[in-house]
Amino acid sequence: MNDQSHKWIGKRTIRPDGADKVTGRAAYAADATMPGMVWGKVLRSPHPHAVIKSIDTSKAEALPGVKAVATAADFVDFPVDTPVPLGIQDMRWMSRNMLAKEKVLFHGHPIAAVAATSEEIAAEACALIEVDYDVLPFAIEIDDALAKDAPILHDFIEFEGRKSNIAGTLEHKLGDVEAGFAEADVIVERSFTTKPVHQGYIETHACVVSVAPDDRTTIWSSSQGQFMVRAMTAYLTGIPQSHIKAIPAEIGGGFGGKTIVYLEPVATILSKKSGRPVKMVMTREEVMRATGPTSGSKSTVKIGAKKDGTIVAGQGTFYLQAGCLPGSPIRGAAGCAFAPYDIKNVHSFGYDVVSNRSKVAAYRAPGAPIGAFAVECVLDEVAEKLGMDPLKLRLKNAAKEGTKAAHGPTFPRIGYAETVEEALNSTHYKTPLTGKYQGRGVASGFWFNAGGESSAQVNITEDGNVVVTTGHPDIGGSRASIANITAELLGIDYDQVSVQIGDTATIGYSNLTGGSRVLFASAMVVTESTEQVIEQLKGRAAKIWGIDPSQVVWENGEARPMGEHSANFPSMSLEELAAKANATGGPIGAGSQSNTVGAEGGFATHVCDVEVDVDLGIVRVIRYTCFQDVGRAIHPSYVEGQLQGGMAQGIGWALNEEYIYDKNGRVDNPGFLDYRMPVCSDLPMLDCGIIEIPNPKHPQGVRGVGEVPLVPGPAAVRNAVYDALGIRIDDLPLSPPSVLAAIDANSRQAAE
Amino acid sequence: MSDIRYLAPQTLDDAVAQYAAAAGAARILAGGTDLLVQMRSGLKKPSTIVDVKKIPELTAIEETADGGFRVGAAVAGAVLEEHPTFGKVWPGVLEGLNLIGSTQIQGRASMGGNLCNGSPAGDSVPALVAAGAVATIAGPDGTRELKVEDVPAGPGKTNLKPGEILVSFTFPARPKGSSDAYLRMIPRTEMDIAVVGVGVSLTLENGTCTAARVGLGAVAPTVLLVHGAAEAIIGTKLDDAAIEKAAAACSAACNPIDDKRGTIAYRTKVAGVLFKRTLAIAAERAGRA
Ligand SMILES: Cc1cc2nc3c(=O)[nH]c(=O)nc-3n(C[C@H](O)[C@H](O)[C@H](O)COP(=O)(O)OP(=O)(O)OC[C@H]3O[C@@H](n4cnc5c(N)ncnc54)[C@H](O)[C@@H]3O)c2cc1C
Repeated sequence: MNDQSHKWIGKRTIRPDGADKVTGRAAYAADATMPGMVWGKVLRSPHPHAVIKSIDTSKAEALPGVKAVATAADFVDFPVDTPVPLGIQDMRWMSRNMLAKEKVLFHGHPIAAVAATSEEIAAEACALIEVDYDVLPFAIEIDDALAKDAPILHDFIEFEGRKSNIAGTLEHKLGDVEAGFAEADVIVERSFTTKPVHQGYIETHACVVSVAPDDRTTIWSSSQGQFMVRAMTAYLTGIPQSHIKAIPAEIGGGFGGKTIVYLEPVATILSKKSGRPVKMVMTREEVMRATGPTSGSKSTVKIGAKKDGTIVAGQGTFYLQAGCLPGSPIRGAAGCAFAPYDIKNVHSFGYDVVSNRSKVAAYRAPGAPIGAFAVECVLDEVAEKLGMDPLKLRLKNAAKEGTKAAHGPTFPRIGYAETVEEALNSTHYKTPLTGKYQGRGVASGFWFNAGGESSAQVNITEDGNVVVTTGHPDIGGSRASIANITAELLGIDYDQVSVQIGDTATIGYSNLTGGSRVLFASAMVVTESTEQVIEQLKGRAAKIWGIDPSQVVWENGEARPMGEHSANFPSMSLEELAAKANATGGPIGAGSQSNTVGAEGGFATHVCDVEVDVDLGIVRVIRYTCFQDVGRAIHPSYVEGQLQGGMAQGIGWALNEEYIYDKNGRVDNPGFLDYRMPVCSDLPMLDCGIIEIPNPKHPQGVRGVGEVPLVPGPAAVRNAVYDALGIRIDDLPLSPPSVLAAIDANSRQAAE
Repeated sequence: MSDIRYLAPQTLDDAVAQYAAAAGAARILAGGTDLLVQMRSGLKKPSTIVDVKKIPELTAIEETADGGFRVGAAVAGAVLEEHPTFGKVWPGVLEGLNLIGSTQIQGRASMGGNLCNGSPAGDSVPALVAAGAVATIAGPDGTRELKVEDVPAGPGKTNLKPGEILVSFTFPARPKGSSDAYLRMIPRTEMDIAVVGVGVSLTLENGTCTAARVGLGAVAPTVLLVHGAAEAIIGTKLDDAAIEKAAAACSAACNPIDDKRGTIAYRTKVAGVLFKRTLAIAAERAGRA
C-alpha cells in the first residue's frame, strides 16, 4: 500500500463513541433497567477453604421481598473427570468458580445467590442462608501450596503420582541447553517473585438478564465478548444458545478480566426462577476479592552468553498461581519469555499451581510479563558482566525473519530488531541522566497475538451511507479504526461510515475481544465484505450504463466507466447508486465470516528512567518510552492509547500493585485506596515510538498492539532501579517499604 | 434500607438540641466525605443526620481580637484556601487540609470532619496539633474547649461526649518569624492515605528557634504531639545535631503497627526523615516571614 494514497488509514479521526462517553449518554451494563426488575446478590464464603456440608436457604426464601434463591444445584453439573473446554476455559472450573460446589476454595467464593425487590433485601436474605462448613487449613502463596504437608485443594489432581496442588505443566525445548551452557563464557542465574495484580477496570462486572417463560433469554452485560457470554451462559444453565440473545453494553475496561463470566448465568437462573428481570452489579470489594487478578509467580532464569555477546542458552522455570482452580497462563510465561531472541538452546518450563485465592483471569498478554520480567532482568546482568550496552546485547541476539522460536513458530518478517534500534537511536536513550539517584533500565517483550473467528456485515443505506456491523466489544478504539478502513476502501468520507457492535442475534459468531485480535481479525472480514460491496456497486453501475462490469472501476467513492466507455457516462456516486438500488437488483450489502490466521507476534522495547528517594524508598518514573512494532497504525491515537495504557499498567505492576492477605487468608486491600494503581500524577508523559513494519499476512498490515506494551514494563522499571541504586531487587513490587529495606540491608552489608 | 432523617439546623442551639434529642442514633454531617462513604459501605447506619453546614459558627473564618484566627469546623478545604490571609499565617495547616483527596473532595472536606473521623492518618490533624489549635465544643451541658491533640481517643474514636458538636478551631496569634509546614509520605503522589504525616510549627528569632511544636500522624493510635522533638530544637540554631536529636525523638515516639500500608520499621524510620524535611520547609518559611 502506498502511504501517500491513504486518506483515512493512519488518520486521527474522532472516535464515534467519544461524545457519548464524555456526556454520560453511553449505556454501560449497570445503566440497564427493566420494568419489574429485581436485584441479585451473592453470598460469599467467609472461609478461604472449607467443605460445604449443607446449605439451607429456607429462611432466605421466606423473607418478604425475596423472589428466588439459587445454589450450584440449580445449574448444569460438570463432573470433575470430564473436561469441557471452551476456548482456553473449562466449564468444570468455570461452573465451580461461579458458584462453589463441593468446597469453598477462597474467601469471597460465591456460594448462593438471591433475587429480591431491593439490593438491601437481597443482601439481608444472603445473610439468612445457613451454610454448614467443615473448615480446612488453607494455602495462599505458591510456597505454601507446594510445601510437603500443604493442604490439598482438589483430591482429583495428582502430580508425579501424588495428590498435589500442581495442576499442570508446560514445556518448551529447543536444542540442548546443557551443551549451550557449556559453551558460555558468562552465566547468570537468578530467582524472582511477582505478586498477582488486578486488571483494574473502572467498571465493575454488571448485567441485567431477562428470561421469558419459554426460556427465551436476553442478557445485557459488560463483557469482552457477547458470544462468550452466550456460550458460557448456555453451558452453565442448559438453555440452548439459540434461545439466548446477549447484547454487549459499552464496556468500562476489561484488559482480559471480562473474558469470562461471573454473574450472567447466575442472573439467568435467578430470572428463570423468579420470572423477573434480574440485575446484578458487583461492588469494588467483590471485584477485588473474587474476580481474577493475573497470577503471582516465582521463577528462576539462567542465561549463558559468549564473550562477544552471543546468547548460547536460556533456561527458565516459572511457577504461576492459578488461583483456586486449574488454569494459569503458563503458556504466556514460558512461551513468550525468550521469544524476542534468537537462541539456539532454550528450555522453558511452567507449573500451574492452585491455592486458596480467587481464580486468575486473563490480563493483557497473560503470563508474558511474568516470563519477561525474569528473562529481561537476567539479561540486564548478563550485559553488565559482558561490559556491553544492554540494548546492543538485545540487538545482537534479536529474533528476525527465519528465527525458530522455542514455542514453535519460525518467525516471518517481524520488527523486533527495529524496536531496539529505534530505542538505541532515540533522544531518550542518548540523553544523559542528571541526578545522583537516577537510573535507566531497558527491557523487551513479545506477545503471540491472535486471529480467530470474526464476522462482519457491511450495508449501504438507502441514502448512500454505510453501516458496518461487527461482533466484538470495542475496548480500545476498534470502531474508529474500522471506520477508517471502510472509508479508505470505499473512498468516501469517514463520517459516512457508522460502525455498530451487533448482538449475538444480529451478527455472526465473533470470538471475544482478547489476544490483541480485534482489529486484526475484524479488519479482514470488513475488508472482504467491503470488497464484495464494491463489486456489487460496480455491477449496479454497469447495469445502469448497459456495459460489462469489468469495464467499471471504483475510485474515490465513485463508479467510473473505463476504456472505450470512459467518455460515454458520467461517474456515479455511492449516493446515486444507493438511490437506484431497488431498480438495479435490491439492497446493497455483504457479509463475511472467517477464522482468521496470520496474526503474527508483536514486539516492544521499553526505556525507563527513574529517580529514587533513597530516604523514603520511593521510586518515581521520570521518563518512559515504548518502542513497538505495531504493523500499521490504522488510528495512531488508539495505538498510542494502547501503548500508554500498557506502560502505565506495567509501571503499576512494578511499583505498588499487590494483593495483601491477612493471616486468616483474606484479601486485606480490596479497594483502590490500598490496592495502588498509578494515578495520573505518578506518571510522566508516556512516550510512544511507533514502528510500522506491516504484517505481510494482513490486508492493511495490522498487527495486534494491545498486549505487548505491558510485557517489558516491570523489568524495565526494575532494571532502572538497579541502575539508580546498584541494588538488584528481584521481588515485586518495588514499594517504598521494600525498596527502603533493600537500601538499608545494602548499606549494612557495605558497612560490615 | 430504613429511612434516614435529614436535619439541617440553622443555629448552633438548634443543632445541639436536635442532635441530643436523636440520641446515639444520629451523626453529624459536615462535608460527608467520610460519613457518606462509610454509610454506603454499611460501616455506619445512622437513623438521623444533622447537617452542620448551615450554621454560621461552623462555617465562618474570623480573625480574633488578639490577632489569631477562628475557623469553623465545617469549613471546606477549598474555602479556607481562598481566604486572603489564613494561608499566609498558617501555610502548614492549610496545606495539610488541602492535601485531602482531590479537587472534588476539597469542595467539601473539613478539618472538623477530618479530626472527628478519628483516623490517626488524617492529614489536617498533625499541623493542627503543631499549631496548638484549640477546639471549641458545644453540647447539651454548654461549651468547652479541648486542645486538638486531646480530641482523638483512638482509631475512629473521639473524646467528644454524647451530644457534643465540634464548633471551631482557634489559632493563637503568631509572633514575627513564625511559620509551619506539613508533609506526608504516601506511596503514590495523590489520592492516598498517609503512611506517616508530620506537622511542624516554629518561631525563629535571629536564627534561633524560640518556640516549636511537632505533630506526628499515622504512627500511633492517635496523632501525637512530640514534646521531645520540640525540646530538642528549641533554643538551638537548628544545627545538625539538634535536628538529628529531634528526628530521633520522632522515631522513638512512634508506636505503629505493621499493616498493609507500611511496616513498623518503615514508619519508624520515615518519621525521622519526614520530620527533617518538614522542619526545613517550616524554617525556611519562618525565615522569610
Ligand atoms: C476520595 C477521597 C479521598 C480522601 N483523601 C483523604 C486524604 O488524602 N487525607 C485525609 O486525611 N482524608 C482523606 N479522605 C477522608 C475525608 O475526606 C477527610 O477525612 C475529610 O476531612 C472529612 O471531612 P468531612 O467534612 O467530609 O467529614 P464528614 O464525612 O462529614 O464527617 C466525618 C466524621 O466526623 C463527624 N463530624 C464531622 N463534623 C463534625 C463536627 N463538627 N462535630 C462532631 N462530629 C463531626 C461525622 O459525624 C463523621 O463521623 C478522603 C476521602 C475521599 C472520599
